[in-house]
Amino acid sequence: MGMTIAEKIFSRHCGRPVRAGELVVAEVDFMMGQDGTSPLAIQAFRELGGERVCDAARVAMVIDHSAPSPLEGVSNLHAMMREFAGEQGLFLYDVGWGVCHCLLPEQGHVVPGDLVIGADSHTTTYGAINVFSTGVGSTDLAAAMLSGKLWFKVPETLRLELRGTLAPGVYSKDIALFLAGELTADGATYLAVEYGGEAISSLSVEARFTIANMAVEMGAKAGLMQADEKVLQWVSRRAARRPAPADPDPDASYRGVLEYDLGGLTPQVALPHRVDNVKPVEEVEGTPIQEAVIGTCTNGRLEDLEEAARILAGRRASPEVRLIVAPASRQVLMEAMEKGIAQRLVEAGAALVTPGCGPCVGTHNGVPADGEAVISTANRNFKGRMGNANAHIYLASPATVAASAVAGKITDPRRML
Amino acid sequence: MAGNGILRGRAHVFGDDVNTDYIISGKYKFRTLDVEELARHCMEDVDPGFSERVRPGDFIVAGGNFGCGSSREQAPLVIKHAGVSAVLARSFARIFFRNAINKGLPAVECDTSGIRAGDELEVDLARGKVKNVTRGYTLEIVPLPAVMMDILAEGGLTDYLRKHGGFKL
Ligand code: SF4
Repeated sequence: MGMTIAEKIFSRHCGRPVRAGELVVAEVDFMMGQDGTSPLAIQAFRELGGERVCDAARVAMVIDHSAPSPLEGVSNLHAMMREFAGEQGLFLYDVGWGVCHCLLPEQGHVVPGDLVIGADSHTTTYGAINVFSTGVGSTDLAAAMLSGKLWFKVPETLRLELRGTLAPGVYSKDIALFLAGELTADGATYLAVEYGGEAISSLSVEARFTIANMAVEMGAKAGLMQADEKVLQWVSRRAARRPAPADPDPDASYRGVLEYDLGGLTPQVALPHRVDNVKPVEEVEGTPIQEAVIGTCTNGRLEDLEEAARILAGRRASPEVRLIVAPASRQVLMEAMEKGIAQRLVEAGAALVTPGCGPCVGTHNGVPADGEAVISTANRNFKGRMGNANAHIYLASPATVAASAVAGKITDPRRML
Repeated sequence: MAGNGILRGRAHVFGDDVNTDYIISGKYKFRTLDVEELARHCMEDVDPGFSERVRPGDFIVAGGNFGCGSSREQAPLVIKHAGVSAVLARSFARIFFRNAINKGLPAVECDTSGIRAGDELEVDLARGKVKNVTRGYTLEIVPLPAVMMDILAEGGLTDYLRKHGGFKL
């Protein structure tokens, strides 16, 4: 019987054919920690008696969640990361480099067919380039830094066939939100999700990252796509290592196969306080907002800023709204400057903040006030997520967020195309 | 854990989809590695005062998808440090589940629908049973794979790896 993408990647990393359900110990190609998880991993590494990481070329630490540091406690944890990275000679992406999940593919650390772990739940992002990448905790990262290996349960796979072509004003974020609404926040728990169909293959690689990023919002362990020509070209411009794409076999065995026609999809919005509380934008239009955020590992890439700038060109953010833009990486910011995108955003009233997580997780950079409503391109809208449990977070595409910033209330971006 | 391996305490009941931001807010976890300090904010946004009410040995009892959200290992860690002896839920988000075992916090999958706040429970991991003393019934637990029981028995992954020098499957 044939294999899923997940079974193929695990088989190659175990040196024998393995099937869904098996517990395995597998060699990890690359591993990553961010500033919320690395300090505990360093502590656990020391407790394990670790002196040298197994292979410094396979480890990166990223200071992105609270960067630059707003508090002395955070500064001391950052200092601990710098010291460890320096001592071990591993990759350190310090303040200003950007969000871990934008950096790992952009800097060429991960290639199709890899098995990757990250001490961050949105590590699923690289599934868009055919990497089995999954989030783990700090102690798992410590164990992998020491041994190069980790234990896994090979997951069953849920296959999603996404048909149709997106209408103008509808983007990959709308697909991700729609699927979260359909499958719910635990609809894919413990499973790998495979995304296929022309609604995926017609998307750019950047747009695909948005969907794989949000696989974890349905509980998934990984969100996998095939490495087509677009992916291989995208990767070859960035990575030195040779990709080893893993395609699913036609007779692979799935937990289930679901098919959706996305031709009629309209812009989607997730309402507070659940990512699966998703409605078409028409049903929430007019809700006043006080803050609009464009950025994060979900939607802070060049195309996202470009989409937002297109809507904002010749318009201005409402004086009632704080528009905050956090490019996902320094490279994104540089390209946005070269193309005049950054200029247009700032002219439209945006506060441009350091490449990184921005206000996504409530550490700094735009904590909302009591009772305020925020519309954001992020992936989570839990109560308190942005640092205030009395605020309300709506999630949408960069176009919807930009249109809403202009109008001062949630707005269908198709009105401003 | 009591000498006979049975955990005893009272139930603190929560609903479905309790996420890691509710367990420990991101605004605290980036500041410090001091778990005792973090444990004072455990469940703060969904159940203010939880950390003061919880008594050593008590249980967190929840519905589906407990621990969804981020990969923060501080989540099981603060629960453990708040004095909770185990989390019982209908289902767990996978990273939380993994982290809980790695930190030596039993995460028990079972039908929690009949458990009410304040119920006295006895959890016997080795025999795979949850007894609701207050309501007089016993549930079977979905058994854990052997490697996870071994990690739990050592008090977490760090001690397990120190003892075995690697993973034993
Ligand atoms: S941008 Fe937000 S979701 Fe992404 S890694 Fe940073 S904090 Fe997490």
